[in-house]
Amino acid sequence: MTKELLEGNRALAEAAVRAGVEAFFGYPITPQTEVLEHLSKRLPEEGRVFLQAESEVASINMVYGAASTGARVMTSSSSPGISLMQEGLSYIAGSEVPVVVVNVMRGGPGLGNVQPAQSDYFQAVKMAGHGDFHMIVLAPASVQEAIDLIGLSFELAERYRTIVMVVTDGAIGQMMEPAELPPMREIPQERPRPSWALTGAREREPNLVTSLYLGAEKLEATNRRLQARLQKIAANEVRWEEEAVEDAELLLVAFGSIGRICQTAVRLGRKRGLKVGLLRPVTLWPFPSARVAELAERVRGILTVEMNAGQMVEDVRLAVEGRCPVRFHGRMGGAIPLPDEILTQLEALQDEMEGAE
Amino acid sequence: MARIPEDMELVYRRPESMTEAHTHYCPGCTHGTIHRLVAEVLDELDVRERTIGIAPVGCSVFIYDYLNVDMAEAAHGRAPAMATGVKRIFPEHVVFTYQGDGDLAAIGTAEIIHAANRGELFTTVFVNNAIYGMTGGQMAPTSLPDQVTSSSPTGRDVKTAGHPIRMAELIGGLPGAAYVTRQAVLDVRSIRRTKRAIKLAFQAQLAGLGFSMVEVISTCNTNWRMTPQEALDWAKEHMVAYYPLGDTKVADGVKALQGKE
Repeated sequence: MTKELLEGNRALAEAAVRAGVEAFFGYPITPQTEVLEHLSKRLPEEGRVFLQAESEVASINMVYGAASTGARVMTSSSSPGISLMQEGLSYIAGSEVPVVVVNVMRGGPGLGNVQPAQSDYFQAVKMAGHGDFHMIVLAPASVQEAIDLIGLSFELAERYRTIVMVVTDGAIGQMMEPAELPPMREIPQERPRPSWALTGAREREPNLVTSLYLGAEKLEATNRRLQARLQKIAANEVRWEEEAVEDAELLLVAFGSIGRICQTAVRLGRKRGLKVGLLRPVTLWPFPSARVAELAERVRGILTVEMNAGQMVEDVRLAVEGRCPVRFHGRMGGAIPLPDEILTQLEALQDEMEGAE
Repeated sequence: MARIPEDMELVYRRPESMTEAHTHYCPGCTHGTIHRLVAEVLDELDVRERTIGIAPVGCSVFIYDYLNVDMAEAAHGRAPAMATGVKRIFPEHVVFTYQGDGDLAAIGTAEIIHAANRGELFTTVFVNNAIYGMTGGQMAPTSLPDQVTSSSPTGRDVKTAGHPIRMAELIGGLPGAAYVTRQAVLDVRSIRRTKRAIKLAFQAQLAGLGFSMVEVISTCNTNWRMTPQEALDWAKEHMVAYYPLGDTKVADGVKALQGKE
């Protein structure tokens, strides 16, 4: 395989085809629409299902139905569309059905705009719908990583019978860069279905996919089962990337496209004599809290940079537990923090630390 | 099952597509009758083992406990979207939704209209009893003009609450629908007709002709504050007057099926 010049949204969509997605249900919304457009062509070519739904509400419930048969299915949208899907996400979580959802995030609140943003962090990580649940949330920082994480997302969804959300943004979605697609996954004509799936009650008792459990005892037991699974995910699936943390005195924490801009800030900062390192969470849930805590013991201060008003920084502070100062720099509404302004913030943090001594 | 003496003929039994569970329905409720009609049809068409049903939110939310088939429980109104997802994965399976009037004619209006319009190859059994039963008798989109409910205490005022929606006519007007009819379960004759309609709707699905829906005029004696008999009489007098029984769409392919019967 060789690298090709690929656009983020189309690369991600093609990666899903190659990972064996059987069906896609979606609705057009900028800056995600290329995912839907690509799949509208490619899935029928492969003899699989593509359906443009009447709304995101319908899309997610089509996904819910299709996933209830044990099929590998996905949808994609952007922020306002994800809000509409929250009802379905809650039911899917309660029913323990594996699905993959992509959110190519844009600026909010409301209609906001179509510029890149990370202001759906809380929505993705803290509360994707009513009730107690989490989704696994994967945040790629490049077109290549988006391709790789799509493949992983189906495996994780099916292994844990959970929702995996891949959050990118308008920048990664629209950007073209060299990347390599995986080979097409061989798919058997008759795909095996898991034992819980709705396949028709042939020579077995009927299966039921539901999130309804009347009676406190039953629903509490269900919640305990869900929580136990989430704990297992939290123990096994935390992922992050690091750069120059060995001797770092200042630590940047940033995810997705800003994580990548912070890489540049680290390299420029080092040239200027700043001992700065970077931790980039790849899983936003589960969050790499243990690693952040470990590094907080060693560094003098942490700067969290996001394209929002300060969302992930709350998880950073929860992990740091006062071990070192945590500062925040954010831009909103589609404005992107550039390396220079990140460096200015780092220098201010450095001065603050020295002033404190 | 008890053994049948040799000199007796078995004339009535629980369909294989029904479980032995006791239903939670109020005495006098017609849901049990409609469930049984669906189960009898699935048995007669010999499709139980490849049937997947979608349950609604409302009184019939527990239909999955009573039907002996694979089922999923949808969010309120979203059953047609879920059924779409299931059927697109398993085109050879038999897929149906069972929905009440709040579910189908209020919160799920977009989903049912677009599923029908796409000609999705599943069958919808739509139970219209002119009220929200599960939540205790509030006004439904199908409540009749001046009908007193717990959320229209002085009667449904059509000037502010709008008019009852005739869903069979609305859905029947869509090109994707192959067979749409309105029936009732208010006496033996109408029950038998409803069964024939449900069977034809599933046959239309099996033949790949398009979307099919049977609206069933039903009762809710508890929330109508009536005896079961009063409720049946009220439905015949008032509901059938507003919601005329009969077919609103019979595609040519379905006519051919009717001819074979």
